[in-house]
Formats: sequence, C-alpha cells, structure tokens
Amino acid sequence: MTSAPTYFRQNHLLGIEPLHPLEITEILDLADSYVDLNRRAEKHADALQGLTQINMFFENSTRTQASFEIAGKRLGADVMNMAMQASSIKKGETLIDTAMTLNAMHPDLLVVRHPHSGAVDLLAQKVNCAVLNAGDGRHEHPTQALLDALTIRRAKGRLHRLNIAICGDIAHSRVARSNLILLGKMENRIRLIGPPTLVPSQFSEFGAEIYDDMREGLQDVDVVMMLRLQKERMDGGFIPSEREYYHRYGLDAEKLALAKPDAIVMHPGPMNRGVEIDGTIADDINRSVIQEQVEMGVAVRMAAMDLLARNLRNRGEAK
Amino acid sequence: MTLFFTNARVINPEAGTVSPGALLVKNGVIDSVLPADAPAPKEAEVIDCLGKYLAPGIVDIGVKVCEPGERHKESYKSAGLAAAAGGVTTIITRPDTTPAIDTPEGLEFVTRRAQADAPVNVLPMAALTKGRAGREMVEIGFLQDAGAVAFTDCDHVVSDTKVLTRALTYARSCGALVIAHPQEPILSKGAAATSGKFAVLRGLPAVSSMAERMGLDRDIALLEMTGAKYHADQITTARALPALQRAKNNGLDITAGTSIHHLTLNELDVADYRTFFKVKPPLRSEEDRLAVVDAVRSGLIDTISSMHTPQDEESKRLPFEEAAAGAVALETLLPAALRLYHSDLLDLPTLFKALSYNPAQRLGLASGRVAEGAPADLVLFDADVPFVLDRFKLRSKSQNTPFDGARMQGKVLATFVAGHSVYARD
Repeated sequence: MTSAPTYFRQNHLLGIEPLHPLEITEILDLADSYVDLNRRAEKHADALQGLTQINMFFENSTRTQASFEIAGKRLGADVMNMAMQASSIKKGETLIDTAMTLNAMHPDLLVVRHPHSGAVDLLAQKVNCAVLNAGDGRHEHPTQALLDALTIRRAKGRLHRLNIAICGDIAHSRVARSNLILLGKMENRIRLIGPPTLVPSQFSEFGAEIYDDMREGLQDVDVVMMLRLQKERMDGGFIPSEREYYHRYGLDAEKLALAKPDAIVMHPGPMNRGVEIDGTIADDINRSVIQEQVEMGVAVRMAAMDLLARNLRNRGEAK
Repeated sequence: MTLFFTNARVINPEAGTVSPGALLVKNGVIDSVLPADAPAPKEAEVIDCLGKYLAPGIVDIGVKVCEPGERHKESYKSAGLAAAAGGVTTIITRPDTTPAIDTPEGLEFVTRRAQADAPVNVLPMAALTKGRAGREMVEIGFLQDAGAVAFTDCDHVVSDTKVLTRALTYARSCGALVIAHPQEPILSKGAAATSGKFAVLRGLPAVSSMAERMGLDRDIALLEMTGAKYHADQITTARALPALQRAKNNGLDITAGTSIHHLTLNELDVADYRTFFKVKPPLRSEEDRLAVVDAVRSGLIDTISSMHTPQDEESKRLPFEEAAAGAVALETLLPAALRLYHSDLLDLPTLFKALSYNPAQRLGLASGRVAEGAPADLVLFDADVPFVLDRFKLRSKSQNTPFDGARMQGKVLATFVAGHSVYARD
C-alpha cells in the first residue's frame, strides 16, 4: 500500500489547465524533496520500482527525453525509449494503432511528445496507463511549466504576486502557454513581450499584458523568461531578420537593467546565443538560473511520475 | 393516385404562415390546399396527420455522396435513405468526389447511380473547373444539358482571378448558377480553428474570420464585373454580412447559404479536440453564430444546408490538425434546425423558407412550396418529441455527427416524394 497523494487526483498529466493550484503545490513540494535526493551521492529511490516507463517521442528531443529517462531510472522504473519519428509512422501506422500496440505491452507510464496539438490527449483516451505530456504541438508542455515554477519558487521564495515577463516567440510556444496558465493560476502578473507577429493579441484574454516594446515590458519585473526563437519556423516570415530581432527583443545587459536588480533570467533551452539572449547574461551565475532549470526538471518529473504512480497503484488496489 | 392529408398544421414558407389545413394530392402533384374542415374526396387515400406539422420537403444544396471513389463512406442508396429519414426530399450533390464530376460522362454516371438507388430526388452539381484545380473551366454548356443544376469547386477556392472571371462570364451566358466557397485561401491555409481565445488555448492553427470576408469581397467585385448568377455556399461570420447586404442592395444576382452546424454549434464545442466538430470553415464564435442566425431571420442569408460530408472513423481518429473535416447531417438537419425554433430564434415558416423554398427557387425548381401545382414533396414531423441521438442508428454509411449523444427535439414521421411515401417512422 502506497500513501495516496493528498490533493493530486489526476490519472494523467496532459496539461496545466486541468490542475488545481493545490495539486501544483503538491507536485512542487514533492519535487523539492527529490532535489535533495538528487544532490546526494546515492541517488536511488524505489517509488517506481517494478513499473515500466516508455518514452515515445514523435518529435526530436534530447534534453526532455534524457530528463524523463533519468527521472524514471532514479525512481527504479524500467525505462525504454522509442524514437517514433524513425519507426512505424514511416510505415503508415496511425497514432492510435501505435498506442494500442504499446498498450498491449502493459506499460505503467507513457511519456509522449508529438508535433500536433491534442495528440497526447487522444492517445490518453486509448490506453490504460498514466500518460505524461512531454509537449504536444503548440498546446502544452506541463513539466516544463512545473520545473519553471519550482525554479522561481526556490529563487524568489514564493510563487505568487510576482511580475513575470515571458519574451519571444509566444505564438508557437507550448512552453509559453503552460507557463501562462500555471503562473496565472498561482496569481502572478504576467507580461508577454515580443513582436506582434509572434504574440497574437488574443493572449490578452488570458489576463496577460502584452508589450511590443521590450524595454517598457521589462520595467520592474522579478522574472525574465526568454523563449527560443524557433528558427525552423522562420520561413513564415514572422520577423525580418535575426539581427533586427536581437536588436529589439534579444536580452542584453542594457535591457535587463530595466528589470528589478534581483530579477532572475530563465530559458527553457536550447538557447540561440546572440539571437534571443546575450551569451554573457546566460552564463552570469548571479542572474541566470538556466542550469537550475535543468536540475529542477529531473526533480519535477520524478515528482509527477511518483504521484501518478501512486494514483495508479491505488486504483489497482481499489479494483 | 389521390392522397388526402387531413388534420395537418401546414407550414407555408412562401406565405409565412402555419395553419390547420388539408392537402389534396393527385398524381404526385399538389392539387389543392384546403381548409381544415374540408371533407375527404371519396376516391382518395386519407392520411391523418394527427395535428402534426406538414411542410414542403427540404431541398439540401451541397450534399456529398461519395460515389464515385469512396463508396464505403456513402453511397447513393445510404444517402438517399438518410435523406428520406431526415425529411430531405431533394439532395443537390457536390462534385468533390474522386475523381471530381467535371465531364458530362461523369455526370451521367452519378445521375444513373442516383436514379437506380436513391428514393429521393437527386440533382447533381458539376465542378466549375476541371479537376477542381482552378485552371480551366469545365464544359458548362454540355454539363447543363446533362443535368447539372449548378457549378462549384466546393471548398477549393479558384484563386486565379482571371480563370474565375472567365468562368463567371461564360456561366452567365449559359444562365448557370455558380456556387463558391468565400475564403481567402492563403490566409486560411492549414487552419483547423477560428482565431480567438479558444484556438490559442488549444494551440490550434487558426484563421481569422476576416478570411471569409476577404473571399466574399473578392467574389462580389468579380460579380460586379461579370454579372454572373452566384451563391455563396456558407456565410458563417458576422464580418461577412455587411458585404453581402451591400451586394444585394446593389442589385447583384447573389444569394448565400449557411450550414446547420454553424447555426447550432460554436468553436467551444470542439472542447478536448473532438474531431467530429471539425468542419470547413471551422466553427465560429458564439457572436458569429448569433449574427448568422439573425441573418437567416432577416432573409439576408437565403438557405440552410446540411453540408453533409461523410468521413470514416479512420479519417477522424487522428490528432485534430490531421483529422478530416466535415460532418454527416442529412438526418440531423431538421432536429438541429428545430433547436433554433425551440429557443425562439426562428419560427417554422422562416426555417422552411431557408430549408426548402429558397433553395428550390434559387435552382429554378418547382418544389419547396405547399401550393397548387407544386410536386408533392412533403415532410410530416412532430416538432416536440424529445430524443437522444445515437450516431450508430444513422442510416448514413459514415456516422461522423457532432450530435452524438445530444438531446434533440423533433422527429420526422413521414416523408413523401412526388406523393410516394419514402419514409415512415415505425
């Protein structure tokens, strides 16, 4: 018998949208304890002992996949990685068929990344195990938002009443959506900064303030969250050039000086140095928490999988 | 053969009335509309309507029957049965089959298939350009001779304005009706939703409702140049309505339709990526929906159609962006339209004006009326009986309806085509 989560009631982690603030807090609290574990020499726990975790990535990823893999292994799960873009999709198999095939192997945790919004929801309806969304299209990337939240909470001592700027390619970013929802639920003031081609005005309906002047937008913020400029989408002509983008929306020392003196700088990676962020700022250990974000990523994923597994086991016992 | 419909509440869309009455039908044609207390002639077969509504059968412009090419999705037989069960007495078929209906030979094939298998009237449309590719116009004259009632490339927009101008000019000389899909094709490329808060929340590629107005504006400009006879297949946004109004005021030969789904659903119905709610153009905001309902009430929008588009399960069981667009609606058209009646948005004569009378008038058909000399294409229905829709009971070969599990009110009791019963509810 494993102890049931106090607040966390989900069977899947498909997005931030369905989560209650107390569920978010419970994940972060548990993740805090896993940060301590991860800093020890002996890093093993057995929360996922005997469980099988399959990572299905329909889109290239190095960091997220590695982070999920390490998180699973530290908790004792049997982890398997499947690079889906190289396999059955090319043979014409549908997403549902792939899911059913995997389902027949009785995994307990399925970590999925897919290039289309809603694909992970669709998959979750068809399988019996717990599904974690590792990013679907431009919809959500919940573990990224959770790790960002944990990073902010540890750096700032709280996760509410902060002025947080999210800068860059908001339109194509699932990271921005999940962060916007999470930070909104935790009652922060959010500013979205970027050229109007990359920050659709509809985002203001989520209670965010929109700035197309970065200098104005960065005034007195506590957190500066930079997003990667998705170069692979540049053929759409969203911005005139990388150098103009860097001039107007790249984070450099001069622009950062407008934020609060203790403002932290975040980036989900991988970074384009000299496009959206100046290299020296990214490396400034007094301002940049980019390395901490990676560390928190493993802890948050351990916590999320632990809680999902507890619900999974308790459901099994209830039957 | 003589039929006498008695004890009916007769909906007359032409006069805008609903009144108790009786109907005498001789040899498939309405002989006379009589007062409620008229006695049945001796030789007539009497049909007691039990006080239910009797209306002119629906004339549905833009039904996709998947012959040739994808008969597993819908055949003339299954579509015909679905139409009969839905009170649709005339289906106007779309040419967006595989291959497209763009030659007289292709048109003859579908006409033959329809006559053999469908219990309702089937009138085919032909493509406007060969292969619906937007490059060369079809043989409009020959196709008209073969029975094409209108010309349309369906959801393919003819983006080359030179080609479209010539096709419109040529069509005018033949007196042919051109039906177009008003949409700016580049702006709407790849879109699966309408721009707005919902699309942002779901992370779906979206198109502004402005793309519809731009498409309509362009077509109206070409109508001014060519004087062609034109019908917009689906007007679904508030933004497009003033342009349509101006074009009508200026005396252009223009009419417009809308789909039952855009009248009764909005973008939020997509909820958690429910692909049965993916239609083209995508569902709009509630403000747009209400504006379009208003436009039907005022007569600015002339017709309501099912935009019946069968898709098999495989085409829909995909991530939302990849899933095929379209919904079946022949059988749900009337109960869905009655939602507008039950919510006091539209009265019954207005509904049947848009469902039956106006489409028939636009196509030059004698049907769509309850009047002396009109064909006895009739639907008898109970407007109030409640039911929960079970998609697996639909007669279409494909069951991709957004109304699965929906509570609806109103059922067809019987359908007659030229005085023959083609459907009777058990």
